[in-house]
Amino acid sequence: MVLAALVVVSVFVAPLAGITSWLERRVWARMQSRVGPNRVGPQGILQWLADGIKNLLKEDIIPEAADKRLFSLAPYVVFVGFIATFVVIPFGSQLIVADLNIGILYILAVTSLVVVGILMAGWSSNNKWSLLGGMRSAAQIVSYEIPAGLSVLTIVFVVGSMSMQDIIKGQGWAPWDWFLFYSPFTFVAFFLYFTAALAEGNRTPFDIPEAESELVAGYVTEYSGMRFLFFFFAEWGNLYVIGAIATTLFLGGWHIPPIPGIQEHPIIKGVLEFFVFFVKAYLWVFVAMWVRATLPRVRVDQLMSLCWKYMVPLAFLCLLGTATWVLVWPQGNRIGSIVMFLIGVAILALFIGRLRFQIRHTRPEIYLKPYI
Amino acid sequence: MGVITKYVNNIAETVTTIFEGMAITLSHLVRRPITLQYPDRLEKPVQEMLPRRYRGILEVDLDICTGCLACERVCPISCITIGIEMNKETKQRSFSHFDIDICKCMYCGLCAEACPTGSIRHSQEFEGACYNPAGLVRHFATEPVPLYKPKKGGETDPKLAHKVDVGQKYLDEFATPESAGGAGAEEA
Repeated sequence: MVLAALVVVSVFVAPLAGITSWLERRVWARMQSRVGPNRVGPQGILQWLADGIKNLLKEDIIPEAADKRLFSLAPYVVFVGFIATFVVIPFGSQLIVADLNIGILYILAVTSLVVVGILMAGWSSNNKWSLLGGMRSAAQIVSYEIPAGLSVLTIVFVVGSMSMQDIIKGQGWAPWDWFLFYSPFTFVAFFLYFTAALAEGNRTPFDIPEAESELVAGYVTEYSGMRFLFFFFAEWGNLYVIGAIATTLFLGGWHIPPIPGIQEHPIIKGVLEFFVFFVKAYLWVFVAMWVRATLPRVRVDQLMSLCWKYMVPLAFLCLLGTATWVLVWPQGNRIGSIVMFLIGVAILALFIGRLRFQIRHTRPEIYLKPYI
Repeated sequence: MGVITKYVNNIAETVTTIFEGMAITLSHLVRRPITLQYPDRLEKPVQEMLPRRYRGILEVDLDICTGCLACERVCPISCITIGIEMNKETKQRSFSHFDIDICKCMYCGLCAEACPTGSIRHSQEFEGACYNPAGLVRHFATEPVPLYKPKKGGETDPKLAHKVDVGQKYLDEFATPESAGGAGAEEA
């Protein structure tokens, strides 16, 4: 078990978090008309290795006034809170570490460990910026856990199970079979979940715990070297976890179209399922980068009012709506799903229209190559 | 406006403005970055992209320098030192040294304006980094170079004539004030 965990962490999670960090910097740079890191390895794809090695070689500084035990423990608590979610992430119909019957509840529970770690880091650093960052983070995560939990609950209502595999099996490969289009309420719940998950992951625009302009670096101010790396490892890895959970709950998970002849080849089927799941999940990682490049950081009071005044009532509304929907149509409303799917397509078409307008309107010099 | 209307409006505004903002940022993703990857990944060196009147490191074309010392005299910080010797047998005057200390030079351009032939001028070169200050002193006369004497009725040697033309062109474009029809007039 220990060996398997080591292999998973070093072969899958570490490159995933690393390459996400590189890709985020590239995408972000391109959205700001810059280039981003492109020197280490082909197009800078090894930048994360260089950064990791640099951080490993740095001196590990513990402030004299710090609570040394808590200070050195905190990064690992944060890291455990993030890495433990990989236990129940279903990468394929067979590819899951443990299909717990309380899967989604388990995820909500272990991600709460991150708050403990961040509070420990903020408190033990014995520094006012760290403490403020830690307190803000705790307030934020505790608040946003409610809309996130409620939107997850809508799906649990529909499926009647908390197991990740059961949730996926309740959906189909076609978009109108996804829970995203199950009813108008789950459609809204998806966006509530994604927003709340971004806030829980301390991502921009909800990154007030590490707001550079106010708090230096928040709870990581006093950290250096390896311990600093662990915080950011967890942050970037967490992006993928957000995408994976959103995919599982709302976007049909690993379902692939019923191509004839593929059911007999378990390996090809498994690889295809993994690929579909990975791409869907990574799409939301990209969206998170894109949101980061778009929205400015919110103020603390705006953050709280967004959560308590808007997202919590809306999440309750979604919950009630889904409950009613399930009562009226226990097997789901096929026509309703297809209508929701068409509305989704219309929104996407509208978006593409606005995108084309922006490109036409500003007449930029188009450069579609991903490399420069 | 009722409280409920305001509340719903707030939600609608949040959703639509984020929608529009996301379209704008995604349209930026397909733009060409404006970054110039100096110094190694450029289509042509920066020196060639600079404007004509850019005041880079000074250069001297000793072949058309008359040795009038106007530049040495006009230099406000005396970064130009010129030595002229006369060969007693041939009565030929020549430069023993012509040094410009780039450390001191403040790129005011007075020397280039004072030069009658346009032999001292600002180049487009700006990369002057070196390991010690002595390396920044530019020696233009490594061996004695005879002084240039302008001939009446124009230069006959085609090689020298070209250099004279280059110097004159530089004088016209750089050293002539804008009010007198210098190159700055058309740029402005």
